[in-house]
Amino acid sequence: MIAIIKYKAGNTASVANALERLGTDYYLAETPDELNKADGIIFPGVGHAGAAMQSLKDQKIDTWLKNTEKPVLGICVGMQLLYETSSEGNTVGLGIIDGGLEKFDESQAKVPHMGWNRINLQVESHPILRNIIPKHYLYFVHSYYAPVSEDTLAACNYINDFTAIVAKDNFIGVQFHPEKSGNVGSLILQNFLDMVYSPEKVKA
Amino acid sequence: MLTKRIIPCLDIKNGRTVKGVNFEGLRDAGDPVELAKRYSEEGADELVFLDITATLEKRKTLVELVKRIAREINIPFTVGGGIKTVDEIEELLKAGADKVSLNSSIVKDPALISRASDAFGAQAIVAAVDAKRNEGSWNVYIKGGTEDTGLDALEWMQETEKRGAGEILLTSMDRDGTKAGFDIELLSKVNQLVTIPVIASGGAGTVKHCIDAVKEANADAVLAASIFHFREIEISDLKEEMLQAGIEVRPV
Repeated sequence: MIAIIKYKAGNTASVANALERLGTDYYLAETPDELNKADGIIFPGVGHAGAAMQSLKDQKIDTWLKNTEKPVLGICVGMQLLYETSSEGNTVGLGIIDGGLEKFDESQAKVPHMGWNRINLQVESHPILRNIIPKHYLYFVHSYYAPVSEDTLAACNYINDFTAIVAKDNFIGVQFHPEKSGNVGSLILQNFLDMVYSPEKVKA
Repeated sequence: MLTKRIIPCLDIKNGRTVKGVNFEGLRDAGDPVELAKRYSEEGADELVFLDITATLEKRKTLVELVKRIAREINIPFTVGGGIKTVDEIEELLKAGADKVSLNSSIVKDPALISRASDAFGAQAIVAAVDAKRNEGSWNVYIKGGTEDTGLDALEWMQETEKRGAGEILLTSMDRDGTKAGFDIELLSKVNQLVTIPVIASGGAGTVKHCIDAVKEANADAVLAASIFHFREIEISDLKEEMLQAGIEVRPV
């Protein structure tokens, strides 16, 4: 079953609704013990990165996440915390992915970057990108971004290029909200579910 | 490139969608959840639900309706109407709303913006401003447009940004329900003063009005109600014409 991490910075309702629409069983997990029972983990997040990280620590989920080998999908702030640092409140993240989050330059355009934007694929293929094409639009809401790096699977452009989808080992991160990105978002969530339950299906 | 958003607005009264002219004279326009689904499928980028009578009748926004909407649609939506406290905001966000829109309550208690923004992030807090012309400037009205606060609308919108609002939903009361076009002058002015996204509201009657709001006034999103409810303009046609006018939109 899929565990949705429930902590102070997580808005679990939208992700839970999206999984229900896909017909997948899930439960909310607040402790390492509860996470141990999961086949795959969805790690949502909204609001301030520092507050989110503190909440993870309080629930002792931070150490669990760093060490898990189960598939993990971080969404928005959940993705951002996979990195080493965030300039939002000088937050130290989980450090699973190299690099740090920076704030968009407010003198260049409106911040937050809020709305639908297109992604550019940086790699030939990856299970999370199955049936995703560069024409697809996804829904973003964020003020901080991860620069494009060697772990970037797809980039997006707003003020500058930044990471829209990142992957390292069993960790996937998406800056946009797949649960709010219409049918394309559902496709990405389904790809993650397939990575969890039928890896052979998405290998190609 | 970030696209300009098309946002159908559903004014809710007693669980039904309604639409008035200049905030009065309500007409029934159907079940909000059915309409929300229809708009989502037709290519709406986002939805706004305003419980328009909530403030007047001291009625709480409909959490159950929000839960139903959240189950049915997979695009972002905002809920507003009579929201006064951080607890109420939390209840609505937990029910599945992505953002709440605050209007009368933040005029009376501006610190509510920062409290809510600190608790849930600026992206979840929309400052809704009802503005009406008053000899060369605009005043802020509250309580569903029935009470003139005497506040200057442009100054107030800057303050909402400073206090942590993530977006402004700006309704021209002079244009609302008239289909005479958005208040381009007001929109242009606020867009020079704030750095958060501004949703244009009030006056949409034609495709050209929507194009003008974006091209002339730099609006980030265009909100309309009756032109969509009564199928005077299809969202797909609107987007097609905006694309042809050189505006980036998410294709249907």
